[in-house]
Amino acid sequence: MTEARISPNAFWGPLDPSADAGYDDDRPKRKGFFTDTSICIGCKACEVACKEWNDVPSDHFDMTGTSYDNSHSLNANQWRHVAFIEQPVRPKQTVDLGMPGRAPAYVPGLPATGADPDPVGAGAPAPIDTSDLLGSMLAEAPGSDGGSASADSMDFRWLMSSDVCKHCTHAACLDVCPTGSLMRSEFGTVVVQDDICNGCGYCVAACPYGVIERRRGPDGHKNVGIAQKCTLCYDRLTAGQTPACAQSCPTQSIQFGDVEELRERAEARVAKLHEAGVMDARLYGNDPNDGVGGTGAFFLLLDEPEVYGFPPDPVVTTKDLPEMARKAATAAGVLLLGAAVSFLGRKP
Amino acid sequence: MTGVGRDGQQSSTPQTEAPTDQTDSASALRHPTGGSDRLRRGGGRGRGRKGKVESVVPEAEFTSYYGRPIVKPSPWEHDIPAYLFAGGVAAGSSLLAAGADLTDRPSMRRSGRLGAIAALTFSMVALVHDLGKPSRFLNMLRVAKPTSPMSVGTWILSFYGPFAGAAAASEVLSMLPGERKGVLRLAEVAGRPAGVVAAVAAPAVASYTAVLLSDTATPSWHEAFRELPFVFVGSAAAASGGLAMVTSPVAETGPARRLAAGGALLELVMEQRMERSMGVTAEPLHHGHAGTLMKAAKALTAAGAVGTLLGGRSRAVAALSGAAMMAGSACLRFGVFEAGQESAKDPKYVVVPQRQRLAEHGPTRFPA
Ligand code: SF4
Ligand code: SF4
Ligand code: SF4
Repeated sequence: MTEARISPNAFWGPLDPSADAGYDDDRPKRKGFFTDTSICIGCKACEVACKEWNDVPSDHFDMTGTSYDNSHSLNANQWRHVAFIEQPVRPKQTVDLGMPGRAPAYVPGLPATGADPDPVGAGAPAPIDTSDLLGSMLAEAPGSDGGSASADSMDFRWLMSSDVCKHCTHAACLDVCPTGSLMRSEFGTVVVQDDICNGCGYCVAACPYGVIERRRGPDGHKNVGIAQKCTLCYDRLTAGQTPACAQSCPTQSIQFGDVEELRERAEARVAKLHEAGVMDARLYGNDPNDGVGGTGAFFLLLDEPEVYGFPPDPVVTTKDLPEMARKAATAAGVLLLGAAVSFLGRKP
Repeated sequence: MTGVGRDGQQSSTPQTEAPTDQTDSASALRHPTGGSDRLRRGGGRGRGRKGKVESVVPEAEFTSYYGRPIVKPSPWEHDIPAYLFAGGVAAGSSLLAAGADLTDRPSMRRSGRLGAIAALTFSMVALVHDLGKPSRFLNMLRVAKPTSPMSVGTWILSFYGPFAGAAAASEVLSMLPGERKGVLRLAEVAGRPAGVVAAVAAPAVASYTAVLLSDTATPSWHEAFRELPFVFVGSAAAASGGLAMVTSPVAETGPARRLAAGGALLELVMEQRMERSMGVTAEPLHHGHAGTLMKAAKALTAAGAVGTLLGGRSRAVAALSGAAMMAGSACLRFGVFEAGQESAKDPKYVVVPQRQRLAEHGPTRFPA
């Protein structure tokens, strides 16, 4: 694959990344994730499934002392990361949601009582029946389960969110990689080729979300010195399977599918939540006109992005690259001219 | 308490899509106007700077995930600023060597050619050493990617290197006693054209390294992108002029002194402008180790330039001034490098500028 192609929106702006990378028309549709954090229960099944399937080594599991987060961040050895945020609850809610303090615990994507025929979504996850889930969300009154602590006494809420590589439309990691190790797959995802990466580390500094990292560790261990991150389970995709993390998610907080379809599903979900009075719900990364051209993995959040450790307005660094190149060329010209001028005049 | 500017004034976040049926209390909920109930103890308010008292500007308030970094610092170590410095010395030295060759200044030509190849060799060793897999250096040469400054830089160096090497080889040959014949004679006379080609390529060697740093998500590198190339070429001119002043007699180094003083001036002026345009991301240039390095860089470069202008015709003053400017250039590279690394480790430098941008211009959107 030649990397030198420059299309009009090559540096930023909406485009179809796999078409831009030169895949022809019978390529598969772009794949990605819609992570609906409002129904994440923080079970970490995705983290575990990812490690198991991709043989990602464990490292430094310990409590941070600030929350129940024991895996810290996305990094070379952590391709999924579940953030836990303990937060004082809002003073007022427009609509009584029942138990605002435990909103995420409702698992509204699932029928209220048992009998989900396909809880892990062996195929593509079925679109969530939002009318039903909102019904259950609003219907269940505090304490209706009989005897648990009254929600009124809770003055905090938990936000949980499973973070992952965003598989950006304009992926800075891929753009800056000098070896071509990072490549765009036919699914529109961004994948490291372990045997080509020379460990220069440029992608690490370029990612606006702090996802990719060079694996540290004793020499001889698997892929030490090589940049590592989520592959969107490239091997499973080529076999027509769902990525391990989405497959294992018990609440369908992680929904895998065609990006276009997921975007519509996400719009519908956020509209429903707004209707139900959850005004904090917002989408993050779904807009193809945003600073990275939209992300393949995008999110529904219940608070500002930075609360979850996301940059509030990420922009791919290559957006400014043409101007950087112009400045550098001008500076080079200044140096050449300056040197020439220094030699003018008579010898001392 | 989201997105509060440096002046402590609220600029909470109106950028989320407005639902149509927003009630008053919903809007209060979404656009909090302060109140301690919005303090995100758990969600992590911005950390204050540890033990910093010198600033009278109120600390920027911002929200983060328990103060953890958002972007990752590059895994680069001190090889990289050493590489930036050496690359600048090589580039400027090639320019001075070619000029000296064409204007019959044999001593400065020699120091320029040999200095260039020594600096280039050093910088290549540093670069390769920094790779996670040094054995795979050649993987750089499997593609040419215009969107990767590291790829472009590799190709610039691959072009520049052989010519700088040929000029240096010619210089070494000319130092040997006796006459050369055949191929060796050819190699000796090829010095001038090779040196001129190296000099034409050299400015790119000096300036691309600024793009190398700026084309990242590292706040204090990216935000410097407008001025950093000028700072770096100024620094390259000061350091290479300084090297010539150390190694060659004053009778020949008039151009080196002019180049060095001009470069020092450019570096100092553009560095000031850079700090002004960087906003809050200029802070790491003043804190900690990076701050010390940047202070030293300014002092050494300014002192070297003054020494050059006032006493450059004295051999001792020239050598001392030249050494000061070289040291100043090295401090500058290390200072800029470390400031960037620090900026990546603190979510403040990601969140606050982006929040300011949101407050002023709204979310970044591709113009339809
Ligand atoms: S999130 Fe980072 S690592 Fe993932 S594709 Fe985007 S730039 Fe690359
Ligand atoms: S570390 Fe590997 S994947 Fe990352 S930019 Fe360098 S060569 Fe590419
Ligand atoms: S898609 Fe695969 S590689 Fe990526 S986080 Fe999920 S399980 Fe891990």
